Formats: sequence, C-alpha cells, structure tokens
Amino acid sequence: MSVDRSGKVKMMQGNQACAEGAIAAGCRFFAGYPITPSSEIAETMSRNLPGIGGKFIQMEDELGAMGATIGASLTGVKSMTATSGPGFSLKQENIGYACMAEVPCVIVNVMRGGPSTGMPTLPSQMDVQQARWGTHGDHSIIALVACSAQETYEQTVRAFNLAERFMTPVILLLDEIVGHTTEKVVIPDQSDIEIVSREKPEESPEDYLPYRETETGIPVLAKFGTGYRYNVTGLCHDSTGFPTNDSEEIEKNIRRIVRKIEDNRNQIIDYREKMTGDAEVIIFAYGSVSRSARSAVAMCREEGIKAGILEPTVIWPFCYNKVRELAEQVNTFVVPEMNLGQMAREVKLGVEGKAEVVSLNRIDGEPIKPAQIVEKVKEVV
Amino acid sequence: MKEARISTEELMGSGHLACQGCGATQAMRLALKALGRQTVLVIPACCWSVIDGSFPHSAVDLPIFHTAFETAAVTASGVKAGLQMRGDTETTVVAWAGDGGTYDIGLQALSGAAERNEDIIYVCYDNEAYMNTGIQRSSSTPVGAWTTTTPVTNYKKRPKKNMIDIMAAHSIPYVATTSVAYPEDLVNKFKKAREIKGTRYIQIMAPCPTGWKLDPKLTIWIARRAVTTKVYPMIEVTENGEKISVFKDFEPTPFNEYIKAQGRFRHLSDEEIGKMEKGVEISWNKLLAKEKMLASIPAMDTQTG
Repeated sequence: MSVDRSGKVKMMQGNQACAEGAIAAGCRFFAGYPITPSSEIAETMSRNLPGIGGKFIQMEDELGAMGATIGASLTGVKSMTATSGPGFSLKQENIGYACMAEVPCVIVNVMRGGPSTGMPTLPSQMDVQQARWGTHGDHSIIALVACSAQETYEQTVRAFNLAERFMTPVILLLDEIVGHTTEKVVIPDQSDIEIVSREKPEESPEDYLPYRETETGIPVLAKFGTGYRYNVTGLCHDSTGFPTNDSEEIEKNIRRIVRKIEDNRNQIIDYREKMTGDAEVIIFAYGSVSRSARSAVAMCREEGIKAGILEPTVIWPFCYNKVRELAEQVNTFVVPEMNLGQMAREVKLGVEGKAEVVSLNRIDGEPIKPAQIVEKVKEVV
Repeated sequence: MKEARISTEELMGSGHLACQGCGATQAMRLALKALGRQTVLVIPACCWSVIDGSFPHSAVDLPIFHTAFETAAVTASGVKAGLQMRGDTETTVVAWAGDGGTYDIGLQALSGAAERNEDIIYVCYDNEAYMNTGIQRSSSTPVGAWTTTTPVTNYKKRPKKNMIDIMAAHSIPYVATTSVAYPEDLVNKFKKAREIKGTRYIQIMAPCPTGWKLDPKLTIWIARRAVTTKVYPMIEVTENGEKISVFKDFEPTPFNEYIKAQGRFRHLSDEEIGKMEKGVEISWNKLLAKEKMLASIPAMDTQTG
C-alpha cells in the first residue's frame, strides 16, 4: 500500500476500503467467516480492530457471524459482517431477526454469481433481489451499492449512518470487480466525516418502552447493559418488546418497521445522473457496471446519440419516482447488469409504461464492456 | 508399522490444480488406492473443490458430488440412503472435507450423521486453516500459528479443537488419524474402515506448504515430523469409542525443528515455543494414560447404553 506525504491518499482494494470506511464510521466489532471474494474485509479488520479497542472474531460459520454482529450491536457497539452469495443466503434468518428486533448493523455482500456455489472468483450482481427479499416475512430494507474503492469507503460510512439512524440492518452490495480492484482512495479527515449514532432514551428506565410508537416510527433502543431492562425477540411483540398475540399490536408493529423506512425513502434514496437533461435514452447502471456505462455515454455522445446515465447509489428503497420522472422525457431505458434483469424489473415498475425498458445481461462471469452498452443503445435508438 | 498392499491402480491422475507440494492431493491418491473404484465422493467447499479441476480435466476417475460448505456429512447420508434404496449395498460413500468444513461450519451436520450412525466414511484432510480462501484460521489451526485472520500481532492463542475426542464421544465404530507421511498406515486404515458399517471418521494430516510457509519439497518430511514430535499422534479409536490405540513406533525428533521449518510460527519467541512443547508433551501423556485406562475397562455395549 503506497501512501502520499499527507497520508491521505492510499492505494487499496475495494474490500480494504470497506474495512477502512467501517472503522472511520465507528465500527468496532466485526464477526466474519472466510468466503471469496470478501475475505480481505475480514483480514483487514483482524489486523486493524484490536489496536483501536475493537474486536474481531472469526466465527465458526456464517450464521454465527450474523448472530454475533447483532449481539454486539445491541450493546451499542457499531458492528459489521461481510460475506458473499452463499454466506448471504445463510445469514438471511438473522437479517430478518435484525429487521424485526430493529438492531442496527451493516452486512457487506461482495456478490458472486449463483445460485449455490456459483462463481466464487468472478464478478456478478445476482444478489440485488436477495438483498430485498432474501429473508422471510414483510419487512423493508436499505441496500447500498458502490462502483469503486473510493465509493466503497464512503458508502460503508453511509451504511453505518443509515443503520444507526433508522435502527435497521443495512446491506452494502459490492461486486467482485469493486472488491478486488486496487485503486486510489482519498481518505478524508476524520473530522470531515459525518457520523450518526443511535439515539439514547430520554426517559428513565422505569418509563422506558423500547418499541413504542414514535412519529418517525424509529425506535430508541437503549444500549444493553445501561440500566434499561427490556425484552428483545424475533417474535411479534408490543411496545414493551415482549411477545404478543394481540392482533392490533402485531399489525401496528409490522407496519411500523416497514413505515420507518418507506416513509423516509426520500432521505435514504440517492443517485447520480449525468447528461440526462436532453437525453433520449437513459442507461440505468449500478456497481462496477456504472463505470462501463459512463464510458458508453461518452462514446454515444461522440456519435451524436443523446444518451444519459442514472446511477443509483442506493438500490433499496428503489428510486421509482426518479425513474418515473425521466420516463416522461426519454423513450428508452437501457439496463446493463450482471444478472438476468433483476433491477430492470424495478425500472419497468418505475416507468409505468411511459418508456421502453431494455435489458442487457451478462451472467458468464465477464464484465459488461462499454462497447456492448453502446451497441445496445444503437439497437434501440 | 504393518506393511500394506498398496494398489498400483491410480484413481487420481496427474494434472490436478493443487499448489506445489500439496499434502491433500497425496491424501486423496492414497485413500483412493485403498477404497477402490466402487466409491462415490461427496466434497464440500474446500481446496479439493478446486483441485480436481474443471471438465474435461478432472483429476479423479470417480463420481464426485460437490456440495455446499456445511453439508458434506448430510449429503453423503442422503446419497448412501438413495443407493441403499436402489439395492446397492456395496458402494462406499465418502465425504471428503477440509478442516474448516469439518471442525467449523460442517460440525453440526457431521455430529448429526454420526449420532445416527450413517453408513459413510467421513474424511477430514487437515491442513489446519482455510487454505482455499487464502489462509484464514480455522478451529483446527494450532496455537501459536499465524494466518491472515490471526496476524502476528494477534496470533492464535487457543489450542486446536480436539476432533478425535468429539467424534469418539459419538460412539461410532471407527475413528482414526493418519498422515500422508505414512502411506502404509493410511492405506491400512482406509481398508479397515471400508469393511466396517456405520459412521467412520478418518482425519489425515495433510500439510499445506502455501499456508504453512514451508518449502514445498518438505511436505512429507514435515508430516512425518508432526508424528515424531508427538504434535499429531496417529491413533485409532475402536469398539464404538471404547478403545484407543496410539502409534508409538517412531524415534522422537526435536519439537523445535518442526516449528522452525514453518514460517507460520516464525514470530514466536523461544519461550513461547517452549510452552507449546510442554503442551504437546502433556497431551501425549494424557493420550497414553487414556489408552491404558480404557484397555483396563471392558467396553460398553452401545446398543443398550
């Protein structure tokens, strides 16, 4: 790793940038399990956490890693785990638990192709729908993506901030190209990094209700071991946290854990757009594919094709409104992605029939190249 | 050491994808010589899910079922049940897993299979870390070792999990450790296991030069030293976990020599190495005491408890 004189520009892998970003965000607990292509996140955490009062545990399996992450976070320590497709599948029960019990934590999934063991060392974006609906039951989820080592650093920080603010698990989806590409990362001053930490209860332990109805729907969970005694369960519960069979309470609570994210979607959703003003065709791209898509837009413009790009940096909740707005203006969306059209589904929902949505899919473990996107754009223009 | 008749038939060919000096390849080659052609292999995620190569270059001339990481023992149980229902009682079903897939993520499935006494041979080729994903520690990694998740500033402080005692505690008919440095022992143990019904567990010391930071030409040398330093005793547990027999027919060699040959222990001080050596000696003495103690007590009938 080379460091410039100020110590702020470093060459590192996306996976290392993720670990660095987590530490900058205040993460002090990491529970992991070896799995390609994410293992470097665990390796970096194993080297860096012990020296700053943090704890790294290599668990006996993926279930253990997710469970320990939840346990540590309940005590108030910002916690993270990292994995890839098969491990993400194994973590799903506990991810649902974190949604239900409203335990903030960050789950990084450096995606590989699947199903099953799939393509451990090759790029893919096949887990974007699993991030939304991988765990059972009605819930909402926040999932971020990143296209470079730099963005991975920043998105890891944001993932923690969103988790702490909305008291919910946040998923960061990287792909193998982002995770394993070594490139320049500018590390900001710690004082310039916005850090959000969960709120503390204002009432006394006697009056405290962990899951009471609030205006935002976001609960205030006291750190375990600070005198506030409450019950945490994966069962449907009431405002005390104890299980309930009261149908009114059950509905209220499930609606609240969905509402706290869906009602605040405008504060969560984020995207970049470029050259969309006069565009006739929009390339919708995320993760490493957005880098090819940017080149494709430039190549199209050189040939006089009015192409623009919409790059979501948050994929769940999905930016339906933005897509709908652009659909009024353009004829076509081209959606290049390293799966069989998982986000193109959402784009189709977003356009509400007002524009064509054309998929460009690659599932052979090879990256999508700019020329392929240009070719697809030419087909539809 | 009993002599062994080792078949000249090679069920594992050349052209595999293992690293230079890989102990796990030698383990497979020798095991298959004992097991013969009527064998099905079930392999979870581990080095061996890469080593046998991709089509059409498979290095193993047997049917292989590559399964999910945590499921070797249970997938093998299912394969055996299916074969039995089809009237095939002859085929040997072998689960072949690394130490991560055995000691850690696969332990629940293995324990379940052993408790039901499923008719499979479960093999753990033990290279003492997750080597396939890049040398992360497992619960088989010995105390003192460096791995990529136990850096030298925070090297492994806990001892290797005792899988032999765990498996023996399941009262299964056969539990054994062997080593790639003792081909006769390895082949004899697999031949013996093949003739027994029920769950059989065999653990093979299979050094990994890449992960141990060892000269690849020293694989067999270091595997032999693991036995002669008493670090990795070769034992057999029979009569449903009631009797132990320890291999003692060797000239002891210095512990220091074993440790110093491996880069994964390079950060240790002489004092730390001395402590480890003491630990090895105590474990060995406990093992011998156990062998003697169990020999003096009649074996329990595990059918009635």
